[in-house]
Amino acid sequence: MSVPTVAPDVGAPTKARTRRRALAQRKPGSSGGMVFPTIFMLAFLVYFLMPLFWLVVASTKSLDDLFDSFGLWFADFNLVDNIKDVFKQDDGVFVDWLRNTFMYSIVSAVGAALLAAAAGYGFAKFAFRGKNLMFWFVLGSVMVPTTALAIPTYLMFAKLGFTNNPLAVILPSLVSPFGIYLMRIYAEAAVPSDLIEAARIDGANEFLIFRKIAFRLLTPGFVTVLLFNFVATWNNYFLPLVMLSEPKWYPLTVGLQQWNSQATAGGGATSAFNIVITGSLISIIPLILAFVFLQRYWQSGLGSGGVKG
Amino acid sequence: MAQATVTSTAARIPGGRRKRKLKRHGFAGFVFTLPFMVLFVALFIAPLIYALYLSLYREQLVGGNAFVGLDNYTEGLKDKAFTDGVKRVALFMVVQVPIMLILALAFALIIDSGKVVFAKLYRVGFFVPYAVPTVIAALMWGFLYGKDFGPFADLANKLGTTPPNFLGESTMLWSIANVSTWTFTGYNMIIFYAALRAIPAELYEAAAVDGAGAFRTALYIKLPLLRPAILLCTIFSVIGSFQLFAEPRVFYDLAPQVIGKSYTPNLYVYNLAFADQRLNYAAALSFMLGLVVFVVSFVVMRISSRQEARS
Repeated sequence: MSVPTVAPDVGAPTKARTRRRALAQRKPGSSGGMVFPTIFMLAFLVYFLMPLFWLVVASTKSLDDLFDSFGLWFADFNLVDNIKDVFKQDDGVFVDWLRNTFMYSIVSAVGAALLAAAAGYGFAKFAFRGKNLMFWFVLGSVMVPTTALAIPTYLMFAKLGFTNNPLAVILPSLVSPFGIYLMRIYAEAAVPSDLIEAARIDGANEFLIFRKIAFRLLTPGFVTVLLFNFVATWNNYFLPLVMLSEPKWYPLTVGLQQWNSQATAGGGATSAFNIVITGSLISIIPLILAFVFLQRYWQSGLGSGGVKG
Repeated sequence: MAQATVTSTAARIPGGRRKRKLKRHGFAGFVFTLPFMVLFVALFIAPLIYALYLSLYREQLVGGNAFVGLDNYTEGLKDKAFTDGVKRVALFMVVQVPIMLILALAFALIIDSGKVVFAKLYRVGFFVPYAVPTVIAALMWGFLYGKDFGPFADLANKLGTTPPNFLGESTMLWSIANVSTWTFTGYNMIIFYAALRAIPAELYEAAAVDGAGAFRTALYIKLPLLRPAILLCTIFSVIGSFQLFAEPRVFYDLAPQVIGKSYTPNLYVYNLAFADQRLNYAAALSFMLGLVVFVVSFVVMRISSRQEARS
C-alpha cells in the first residue's frame, strides 16, 4: 500500500487545482455542451430535494390539511402549532430524545475520534510487536456488518445486566475500525517522522510530542472522523432499538419511529401524523446545517479514504 | 492502487537506520493503540465470541441449555425464511448498488468536468439526503408512497386513475431500493468527487495535448484512477445491502402482509431475538449473515484486484 496525498490538504485550493479549473473552463464547445449535462443534473436535483421540500410543506399543515390539500404545496400555515404539539406529546418526551441524541452523538464522536487519533498515530509512526496483526484484525472488522454485531453485543450486555442505559449505546459507538484506518493513513502523511525525531532529541517524551505536535497536525483528520461518527451515531437506529427499552433513553430515530407506528396503527384523521412529520423535520435540521457549513471537511476526509482503497 | 498514489514518498522510511529508531520507541506506539484495542476486544471481539458460544447451544423445554453443536447452523441453512431473506437482499445488492454507484460516478464526473452551471448547488443538494437518518428517510418516503397524502396519489386522483401501489408484493423491494438510492448516492458522489480532485493537473494537460475530449479523458484517465474509490464504495454498499433493516421495519406498519417477519435477514434475526426469544438461533443466524457479507466483500475485492492486475 502506498502513501495517500489528498489527506493533509484541507486548506485553500492548490496551484494545481486552480490551474486545472482554468483548463476545464477553457475547453471548447462549452455553451453547447453544457445543456444536456445541466438538464440531467437539474432533474436529479429535483429528485433529491423533492422529499425534503415535501417535509417542509407538510410540517406547516394541520392534520386535516395533510389529508385534504395537495402534498407539494402549502395550505394554512400551522407550523407553530405543530411544533408546540411535538414538544407537548407524551409529556414532552421529545425533549429527552433530542437531548439523548445530542449526548450520544457528541460523546461517541469525540471519544471515537480521540481513540482513532491516538491509535492511528501509534500504528502509523511506531514499530512494535504484533502491530501488523492487530491492524489487519481491525481492518478486517470493517467488513463485519454493524447490525450483525449489534445482536451479539446486546446478548452479551443483557447477560451482564447492562442494557437500557446510555452507555449501552455509547460504548459500542466508540469502536470505529474505519476511523482507525482513516487516521493511520492520515498520520502517515501528515506527521513527518523527522519532526518527531527532532522533538525527541530536544528531550520531549512521547505523550508530550503527541499532544503538542502530532495532534495539531492531525486535527483535520480528527475532525473528519469526528463528523463521521457524529452522523453515524445520530442516524443509528438498530443499536439503540435493541439496547434501550424505556422511552426516556430513546434517541430521535427510535422515538419518532415509535410515534409513527402508533399513528399508523391508529389510522385515519385522529392520528398524530402532523407530529411525526414535524418531529422528523426538527430532527434533521441540525445535521443538514452541519453538512452545509462543514462541507470541506467531508470532502477531504472522504478523499483520503477513497484514494487509498 | 499504485497509480492513484500521486506523490510523496518523502514520508516513507528510507532504510534500516530509521527503522531501528522507530523500534526503540515501539512501546509508546503500543500504548497509543492500547485504549482503542481494549475497547475493540471488549466490544467487538468478545460479543462475537459470546455469540459463537451461544450459537452452539439450544434452549430446551426441560433441562435448560444443551450443547447442540452446529444444529442451529444447519437449521438456518434449511430455514426458508432466512434463505429467502438472504436471496432478497442479494437481489437488492445486484440491482441497487450498480445503479447508485453509476449515478454517483456520473454526477462526480459531470461536476468535475466543469461543464455545468450551478456545480456547487448539485454538490450540496445531492449530498444533503445523507444527513437524513435512514429511518426518517423511510418514514418520509412512506408518506410520499402512501395513498392518503402522498403527492403521487394526489396526482393520480387528479388524473382520475388509480394511484400506483408502491408497497405491494412486487414493488416493495424497489421502493426500498429507491429510499437507499435517495439517501446514499450523494455520499458516494462526494467520495468520487474528492478522489477526482486529487488527480494532478499534469495528466489532463497531457491528455489535452494528445487531443482527448472531455468524454475520453473521463473514460481513459479519470475512471482508472478512481478504481480504489470505486472499490471502497462498492464494499460499503454491499455491506449496507445485507444490513437492510430500518426501511423494511418502517414499511412493516404500512404493509404488514408484504414485509412479514423475515423480509430481510436482519429483520428476521431481530424478530427471533426479541419477539420469539430464540436467542441461540438468532446468534447463529447473525453469525451466518456476517459470514455471508465477509465472503461477498472478499470476492468483490478479489475480482477487483484481478482486474487491476490485468489492466
